[in-house]
Amino acid sequence: MAGDSSKTGFLSDEELDKGLGIPSEARRRKGAVAVLECLEDIPCNPCEASCKVGAIEVGEDITTPPRLYEDKCVGCRTCVPICPGQAIFIIDESLPDDNATIEMPYEYRPLPEEGEVVVALDRAGKEIGEATVSAVRKTKKMDQTATVIIEVPREWSMKARAIRLKR
Amino acid sequence: MRIEQHPILGEFEKGPQVQFTFDGKTMQGFEGEPIAIALRSSGVLIHRYTARKNEPRGMFCAIGRCTDCIMVVNGMPNIRTCVEPLKAGMVVQTQKGKGPAGSSE
Amino acid sequence: MLRYEMVCVGAGPAGLAAAVEAAKNGVQVVVYDENDRPGGQLFKQIHKFFGSKEHRAMERGFNIGSSFLNEARELGVEVSLNSVVLGIYENGALNVMIGDRIENIRGQKVLVATGASENMIPFPGWTLPGVIGAGAAQTMANIHGIRPGSSILMVGSGNVGVIVSYQMLQAGCRVAAVIDAAPKIGGYAVHAAKIARFGVPFFMSHTIKAAHGKDRVEGATIIEVDENWNPIAGTDKQVDVDTICIAVGLNPMTQLLRMAGCKTVYVPVLGGRVPAHDLDQETSIKGIYVAGDVSGIEEASTAIIEGRIAGLAIAHSLGYLDEQSFIGQRNEQLKSMVGLRSGSHGESRGKAKAYLNATMKR
Repeated sequence: MAGDSSKTGFLSDEELDKGLGIPSEARRRKGAVAVLECLEDIPCNPCEASCKVGAIEVGEDITTPPRLYEDKCVGCRTCVPICPGQAIFIIDESLPDDNATIEMPYEYRPLPEEGEVVVALDRAGKEIGEATVSAVRKTKKMDQTATVIIEVPREWSMKARAIRLKR
Repeated sequence: MRIEQHPILGEFEKGPQVQFTFDGKTMQGFEGEPIAIALRSSGVLIHRYTARKNEPRGMFCAIGRCTDCIMVVNGMPNIRTCVEPLKAGMVVQTQKGKGPAGSSE
Repeated sequence: MLRYEMVCVGAGPAGLAAAVEAAKNGVQVVVYDENDRPGGQLFKQIHKFFGSKEHRAMERGFNIGSSFLNEARELGVEVSLNSVVLGIYENGALNVMIGDRIENIRGQKVLVATGASENMIPFPGWTLPGVIGAGAAQTMANIHGIRPGSSILMVGSGNVGVIVSYQMLQAGCRVAAVIDAAPKIGGYAVHAAKIARFGVPFFMSHTIKAAHGKDRVEGATIIEVDENWNPIAGTDKQVDVDTICIAVGLNPMTQLLRMAGCKTVYVPVLGGRVPAHDLDQETSIKGIYVAGDVSGIEEASTAIIEGRIAGLAIAHSLGYLDEQSFIGQRNEQLKSMVGLRSGSHGESRGKAKAYLNATMKR
C-alpha cells in the first residue's frame, strides 16, 4: 500500500513503519497492545494522560507525536475511546487458530451486535472481507464513542481499521 | 431527511408537530424550528426566484446571514426562513423577485 | 441609556470565556448575540477536542458550550439574545437592536468577539439550491437534526472540510468526495484518516468546475489543476451528488471594529484583514478588546484562551484585579497557548499573532 497520506487521507504501510507508536510483531503476538496511528505534530496529549502504566509518551511539547513503549503497554484499552483523532487501535495476535482481534472506535449508529458478521475495511475504506464482532463496548465514560472488537485472520490485524454493517 | 438516531446527539428536542402551508399545500414541521428546516426535511429546496433572471435560490448559510432563503411568510416578503421559527398555520410562499408589493407593514 | 462595566459582543467561545473570567473577578457583564441561541459555533462541534486537559481536550464542543453557559449564569452574566450590535462609537457607546427596538448602551470596556463568516468560491451553478456552506451543513445536521442531502461533495480539505465530512457520515449521508485545489490535505491527518477508512476519496489538486441541475444540484464536475492553479484540459470527472458543501476558509467579521476606527493589518494566514492587538487583546483604541476568530482565524480552543486573557485584562483595567495576580494569571494562559500555536498546523499562526502584537508598538 504505497502512497502519500497527505494526498490520500490514509497512512501507507511505509509511513506507518516510520511511526513511533507501532508495536513490533513479536509484541503483538504476546497479546493485546495499543497501535498509535498518529504521526503528525498536532497539539494533543489525552492518550498520554490516560495511560496508567506510562506506555504512551508525548512529553512537555504537546505537538510531539505519541511514542509507544510496547513492553509497558498492557492492552487495557483505556486510550481507544479517549483519542480525539480516533487513531488508536488495540491489536491482539495471541489468539489460537492464527486469528487476531482488533478493537476500533466507532461513532456511528446503529451499533453492531456481538456475534454479528460485518465487512472489514482497510485504511482506504476498501473491503477486505468478512469479520465477526466479538464485543461492543459502550459506557458513559466513553462519551458516545463506542468501540467495536472484531475477530479476523491474523494477516489482517494491521490492515483492517473500520467496519461496514451488512444490514 | 430527518435524522432519527444521532450517534452523538441522540434524539433532537423538538416542539410539537404543527401544520403550515407552502404554496397552498399542507405540510408538517415542528413548532419553533426554522421554517427552512421544515421545508428541507420535506424535500423543498427552492425558496425564491431572483428578480431579474428568475433563477432559483435556496438555503445557503443556514444562520441568517446570506438572505438567499428569503420567502413570503404570512404575506410579508423577505423573511429569512433559516432563522424564522415555524408556527402552526403559517402561510409560506415561494418569493418571486422582491415579493408582493405593498405588503410590508 | 443602559450602562455596563463590560459589554461583550458575541456569545461564542471567546465571548463567553471572557465574560466568565471577568465576572469571576467581580465585573458586571452583558453579552449580546444576534442569534436566538448562545454558544456561537460550539454547539455544532460534536467531535472531541484536541489539546491537553487545560484546553478541555476529549470534551465535545457542545458540552463545553453548555458548561460555559452554566458558569456564566451562575456568575450573574446577562446574556441578551436576538440582540444585534449595530455600531460602536466613541467612549464605549453602542447601538443595539434587541428584537424590534434600538437601545443605546455604554460600556466602560467593550470586547468584540464576533467570530468569522465563511469564504465562498464562485463557479457555474454555484447559486443552485443544494450548494451550501459547510457551516450550513453542520447547522442542519447537528442543531436541527436533518440531513442536508443524501450525497455530498465537500469542496475544501481543511479541518472544517474533513470534520464536517465526518459529521455528514454520522448523520447518515454519503460523502462522494473531498476535493481541494491545494496539493496536500489541509486538515489534521487523523481527521482525514477517520473518513478515508469509511471509503471517502480525496482528490487533491482538484477544483470544482461546475454544479449541474435545472432547479437544484443534480451533479458536479471536478477538474484537476496544475501547480499554477490552472485547470488541466481532459481531466474532468463527474460526481454524482445532490449537495455541494463549500469549506474554503473563513474571514474575520471586523465590521464593528473598523467602524470604531481600530487599526487593522492584512495577515493572510489569519484570514485577511485583522485588528492589531496587544498581548492583553486590547486594540489600538483604548477600551476596545478582541478575542477569537475576529482577531485572526484559529480554533475554539485558542479563542477560549484569548477570551480569558481579555476578560482578565478588563477586570484588571477596571481595578478588580491587582497587577501581580493579573500578570500571573495572564502568563499562565499565554503558556497554555504555546502548544496550540506550534507544530506544522499552528506555528505559522503563532508567528502571525506575534507580528500582530508587534504592530501595536509602532
